[in-house]
Amino acid sequence: MAATQQTVDAVREVETYKHGWETDIESDMAPKGLSEDIVRFISAKKEEPEWMLEWRLKAYRYWLTLADQEPDWAKLNYPKIDYQDSYYYAAPKLGDGPKSLDEVDPKLRETYDKLGIPLLEQEMLAGVAVDAVFDSVSVATTYKKKLSELGVIFCPMSEAIKEHPELVQKYLGSVVPYSDNFFATLNCAVFTDGSFVYIPKGLRCPMELSTYFRINEKNTGQFERTLIIAEEGSYVSYLEGCTAPQRDENQLHAAVVELVILDDAEIKYSTVQNWYPGDEDGKGGIYNFVTKRAACRGKNSKVMWTQVETGSAVTWKYPSCILQGDNSSGEFYSVAITNNRQQADTGTKMIHLGKNTRSKIIAKGISAGKSNSTYRGLVRMQPKADGSRNFTQCDSLLIGDQCGAHTVPYIESRNPTAQTEHEATTSKISDEQMFYCQQRGLNAEEAVSLIVNGFCKEVLQTLPMEFAVEAQKLVGISLEGSVG
Amino acid sequence: MPLIEIKNLHVSVQGKEILKGIDLNMNGGEVHAIMGPNGTGKSTLSYVLAGREGYEITEGSVLFDGVDLLKMEADERARAGLFLAFQYPMEIPGVATATFLKTALNAKRRAQGQDEIDAMEFLNLIKAKTAELEIPYEMIKRPLNVGFSGGEKKRAEVLQMSLLEPRVAILDETDSGLDIDALKVVSRGVNSLRSEARAFLIITHYQRLLTYIVPDFVHVLVGGRIVESGDKSLAELLEAEGYARFEENEAA
Ligand SMILES: Nc1ncnc2c1ncn2[C@@H]1O[C@H](COP(=O)(O)OP(=O)(O)OP(=O)(O)O)[C@@H](O)[C@H]1O
Ligand SMILES: [Mg+2]
Repeated sequence: MAATQQTVDAVREVETYKHGWETDIESDMAPKGLSEDIVRFISAKKEEPEWMLEWRLKAYRYWLTLADQEPDWAKLNYPKIDYQDSYYYAAPKLGDGPKSLDEVDPKLRETYDKLGIPLLEQEMLAGVAVDAVFDSVSVATTYKKKLSELGVIFCPMSEAIKEHPELVQKYLGSVVPYSDNFFATLNCAVFTDGSFVYIPKGLRCPMELSTYFRINEKNTGQFERTLIIAEEGSYVSYLEGCTAPQRDENQLHAAVVELVILDDAEIKYSTVQNWYPGDEDGKGGIYNFVTKRAACRGKNSKVMWTQVETGSAVTWKYPSCILQGDNSSGEFYSVAITNNRQQADTGTKMIHLGKNTRSKIIAKGISAGKSNSTYRGLVRMQPKADGSRNFTQCDSLLIGDQCGAHTVPYIESRNPTAQTEHEATTSKISDEQMFYCQQRGLNAEEAVSLIVNGFCKEVLQTLPMEFAVEAQKLVGISLEGSVG
Repeated sequence: MPLIEIKNLHVSVQGKEILKGIDLNMNGGEVHAIMGPNGTGKSTLSYVLAGREGYEITEGSVLFDGVDLLKMEADERARAGLFLAFQYPMEIPGVATATFLKTALNAKRRAQGQDEIDAMEFLNLIKAKTAELEIPYEMIKRPLNVGFSGGEKKRAEVLQMSLLEPRVAILDETDSGLDIDALKVVSRGVNSLRSEARAFLIITHYQRLLTYIVPDFVHVLVGGRIVESGDKSLAELLEAEGYARFEENEAA
C-alpha cells in the first residue's frame, strides 16, 4: 500500500505543478501516458485490494512485451496509435460537463429526438450533471433491491472487486486471460469500470439487466470490463450500451466482456453500439477494439450474442463462443453498418469443443458512402466435437458504388462427423426498389431505412422489444446522407 | 381546372423517342382507359407521370392540379396524391406488408400536417380494407410482394391505393394475372373509390376489365401517340378488331 500511496502523492505533485493549483482528490485525472505508476494510480483510486493491483501489473508488464504485436491482420486502416498520448483515468467530477441540455451540441440533441429518447434519459446520456433526486436514482435503487432479494448481483465491476472478491478472483480473466491479445491485455492493466452480474442457480432473472439502470456507470471510461456469470439452470438477458451517440474526446476504446455459462444456463447479450463515427471526411471518431467471449462451460448451456454496430470510426470486434459443454450452443446475430469513412472488421469465433454442440451465425453488413465493412469469422470443430453443427449466413448490402464489403470465413474441421454450412450473398438496393418506395410517398432516406431494416430483420428481431425499436430508428439515422 | 393536364409530351429513353406528343386532360370524377399494343409507351407514360428517373422529357408539360408535376420529386408527387399501381410490383424483403403500408400512410399524413396513425386505428382500417378486397389478413404480415403470386401482387397494389386514397390513380395492367373472381373484387374496390375528387388512368389490354370499371373515355396509344379517343364502345371495337388499322396509319 505504501507504494500506491507514493504514486498517488507523486501524481498529485505532477498535477499541481502542471496546472499551478492543487488537484482536488475528488475530481481527479491522471496525467497523460501509460506507465506502471498510472496502473497503480488507477488501482489506488478504485481502492482495490492488492491482488487486483498485482493482476493489473502482471498484465501491464506483459503488454510491454507486446509492443510490436498490435494486431494488423484486420482489413482496417488507421494511423498508429500513440499509447502515451492518452489519458487512462479521468473520473468525471460532479458539475463537470454541460449544466443543462441547452449546452449540448444541437446535432446530438437532434439525434436523441429522432430516437425518441425521453428528456431525462437524454440528460443522462449527454452527461448533464444531474440532480441527486433524479428519478432514475430511485428507479435504479428499486431494481437493485428487488434483484438482490433474488440473489442476483448486479453492480459496477469496481464494487464487485471489493464486495465479492471470491467470485471476481474465480472468474475474472478465466474466459479472456490477461495474455489474450494486445487490446485485451491493455484493458486488464487499465480498465476503470464495467458491469458485474451474477445469476444464482436456477433463477430466471425476471427483468432485462440494462446499463441504463446503472447510473454510476453513466460516465464509464474507455476501458470497460464486464463479467457475467450464469450459474446452473439460470437465465439472464443483458443489454449493453445505449443507442445514442456518446461523444468522447478520447479516441481509443478497448473493452473486454467475459461470459461464464454453466450447466443448462443461458445468457442473451445484446449490444447496440453507436459511438461517435467521425465526420463525413473521417475526422475524429472512436477506435473500438473489443474482446468479447462467452465460455459455455456446462452441458446444454447457451449463449446468444446480438450486436448492432452503427457507430465508431473503426470497429474491431469478434464476440466469440467457446462451446465446451456437451450440447451447448452459441448464436451470433450481427448487423454492422458503415457509412462515410467508417471501417468495420467484425464477426465471431465459434470454437466447438464438446459433443453435439451447435452454432449459428447470421451476419448482415451494410456499407454506404466510402466505408468498408468486413465479416471475419472462424468456425472450428475440435476432434472431440462429435456430431456438432454450424450454420453461417453472411449477407452484404451495398449502397452506392464507393463502398466495400468483404467476407472472410475460416472453417477448420478436425472432426469428420461435424458439419458446417456457409452461405453468403452480396446485393445492392436497386433503383426500382427505391422508386417503388418513393412512389408510395417515402423520401429517399425513409426508403433506404425501410429497405435496410428489412434486410436486417432476422437480427433485429432477436433484440428485446424496446431495444429493437430504437435500433430500427438508429439504422435509418446512421445511413442518413447515404443516398440522394 | 383539370386534375391532370398533359400537353404535347415528348419523352425519350436513352436517345430513343418513346412518347411523341401526348395530349390528355383528366378531370376529377373521370375514368380514362388507355389501350394499345405492347411496347407503345403505356408504362413509359405512367412512369413519367410518377416521376421515375431515366426519362428525358424533350418537350411538353404536365400540370397536376395546376402545378408543374415534372418539377416534383417522385415522393412529393406521391404525397401530393398521385398513385401508380405497378405493372410489375417490387419485392421488399423483410418488410412486412403491414409495416410498409403504415410507413406509406404516415408519410402522407405527415405531409398533410396530421399525426401518425394510431396503432389501433391502423389495425381497424387495414382489417376493413383487406376484407373488402378479400385479401387474407395473414398476407399483410408477410414481406411485401415476396413470394406473392401474380394476382396477389396486383391485389396488394389495389390495397395500397385504397389505403392511400390518391387524387390521381394510374393502374398499369392491374387486371393482368387476376383470375375472374379477383377481377371482380378488384374492380369493386376501384369503383368504390370513384368520386368527384378523383381521377383514374387505367392501362389495360382487355376490354373485360372495362365492363366492370366502366370508363368515361378510352384512348388508343400507338407508336407513342394517342391516335384515337372515344367512349367505352371504342374498347369493344378494339377487342373485335385489334390495332391493325392504327398501325397501318402509323406506318404510313
Ligand atoms: N430503360 C429502357 N431502355 C430502353 N428501352 C426502353 C426502356 N424503357 C422502355 N423502353 C422501350 O420503350 C418502349 C415502350 O415501353 P413501355 O414499357 O412503355 O411499353 P408498354 O406500352 O407499357 O408495353 P406493354 O403493353 O408490353 O406493357 C418499348 O419499346 C421498350 O422496350
Ligand atoms: Mg406496360
